[in-house]
Amino acid sequence: MSFTPPLHDFPILSRPINGKKLAYLDSAASAQKPKQVLEAMTNFASSSYSNVHRGVHKLAAESTEAYEKARGTVAKFLNAKHMDEIILTHGGTEGLNLVSYSYLAPRISAGDEIVLTKMEHHSNIVPWHFLRERQGAKLKWVDVREDGSINAAAFGAAITPKTKLVAVTHMSNVLGTINPIKDIVAIAHAKGVPVVVDGCQGAVHEIVDVQDLDVDFYAIASHKLYGPTGIGALYAKRAHLKSMRPFNGGGEMIAEVTEDHVSYAEPPARFEAGTPPIIEAVGFAAALDYLTGLGRAAIKEHENAVYAYARDAVRQFNWLRVIGEAEGKGAILSFEAEGMHAHDLATILDHEGVACRAGHHCAQVLMDRFGLASTTRASFGLYSTRDDVDSLIAGLEKARKILT
Amino acid sequence: MDESLRELYQEVILDHSRHPRHFGPLEHATHNGEGHNPLCGDRVKVHLIVDAENHIADIRFEGRGCAISQASASLMTDMVMGRTVAEADTLMGGFLDLVKGEEAAHLPEDDMDRLNVMAGVSAFPMRVKCATLAWHTMKSALEAGEPAKSE
Repeated sequence: MSFTPPLHDFPILSRPINGKKLAYLDSAASAQKPKQVLEAMTNFASSSYSNVHRGVHKLAAESTEAYEKARGTVAKFLNAKHMDEIILTHGGTEGLNLVSYSYLAPRISAGDEIVLTKMEHHSNIVPWHFLRERQGAKLKWVDVREDGSINAAAFGAAITPKTKLVAVTHMSNVLGTINPIKDIVAIAHAKGVPVVVDGCQGAVHEIVDVQDLDVDFYAIASHKLYGPTGIGALYAKRAHLKSMRPFNGGGEMIAEVTEDHVSYAEPPARFEAGTPPIIEAVGFAAALDYLTGLGRAAIKEHENAVYAYARDAVRQFNWLRVIGEAEGKGAILSFEAEGMHAHDLATILDHEGVACRAGHHCAQVLMDRFGLASTTRASFGLYSTRDDVDSLIAGLEKARKILT
Repeated sequence: MDESLRELYQEVILDHSRHPRHFGPLEHATHNGEGHNPLCGDRVKVHLIVDAENHIADIRFEGRGCAISQASASLMTDMVMGRTVAEADTLMGGFLDLVKGEEAAHLPEDDMDRLNVMAGVSAFPMRVKCATLAWHTMKSALEAGEPAKSE
């Protein structure tokens, strides 16, 4: 299988940075947008835009159709059984907060437990801390092994009769580890515990089948999937959705409102208060179509090949330590460089046109686990090339000369 | 090498960062502050002994960070040692102006010359916080109500 990165689809990649060719190695933070996405949004806004639902005029009908079609595209992308199991959110973070507020909060009491891993992004930690602070829930942490992997069996040990939820990321945004979600879900379900998965990275690099994984909740963000910011999706099993309390209150999410009574719309509308991100929904769907059109398996193979090339290239530096080498990991390279702070390194790399991320990557629990304040992270996407890696390597050598 | 990068990582800065002055804990400190840069997770502690005449009789800093934050902290301790709290405050005002690329408040020429090694930071807006962390930490230590109890 040969895959040629469609660089011409990404206008931004031809912009010189500091006089150098841009090597965008920060896709795990946010991916660049292909012109297919930008054009879909512009075309929709120029020809069909209106508010969705309720309206009877032609533009309202077209907009509603486009918005609901986007929901269908997401459902297909995740292989959800029913389209109404997809809530369109304002991003991955909102999806996880929605599970915390609407699903778990009414079901959790002081002393009840939430099991999560030390590799979670803050967006899959803080919503659970809310329940610890407000309702006395207890957070139980599954450790990360030295190579960056986790042991699915550890969930079996962590789950007790007090456990109300398991929260785990599909793929670590720092380590690149792909977690054995199917095994974790099987272990949790055997003990009657539902599982919420942060799929913000996982859905980008893995082909996700929520039915096969049998997850209860799966949250994704459009902007990491080459779509626009401001929109994401939460997959939730129908049975859960029916029993969940509303999230935000407002228009669109009600059945009837009187002076002394309110009743709510059926899911998923119940969880989509207010005017949704409509143009963004069109862009989101275009991004998913774009990925499907290119071939998910081919993209993954390409990204992994670029990652492997980078991993091999940095092996020559005995002053550089890679953090996260789990088997089967995805295309994220985090490292610590001796005598060079991540921020100094990232500044010098930027001068070479190499966009990397430096810091704790919203994963401070993980940083503490590895005794690090920060790492430098190069993350790869469908448009990444070996040239980008070569720029990274040259930048690292230069930084070493300047800083040490 | 690009000029702005050369200026940012000039030898004086790298020397301060590799061999920070006044680094470590301080016994009998009268004022202590702790600063945190949430962008990168860096933490710095600043300890001071302020005497009865409001002079900074001693100062130390602790913590790990990037070259810019370490150099800035080290330079700061060098420069405020022996000065009054008010003088340190004026110096800080000038420093903040300098790294933000604004015209520095009126400072004696000597002080300007010494602070000027940090001027390159102004070309890197994302790094200004690295440079100012220790200074803000010192200020909050000095302003923190009652001085910390000394044994």
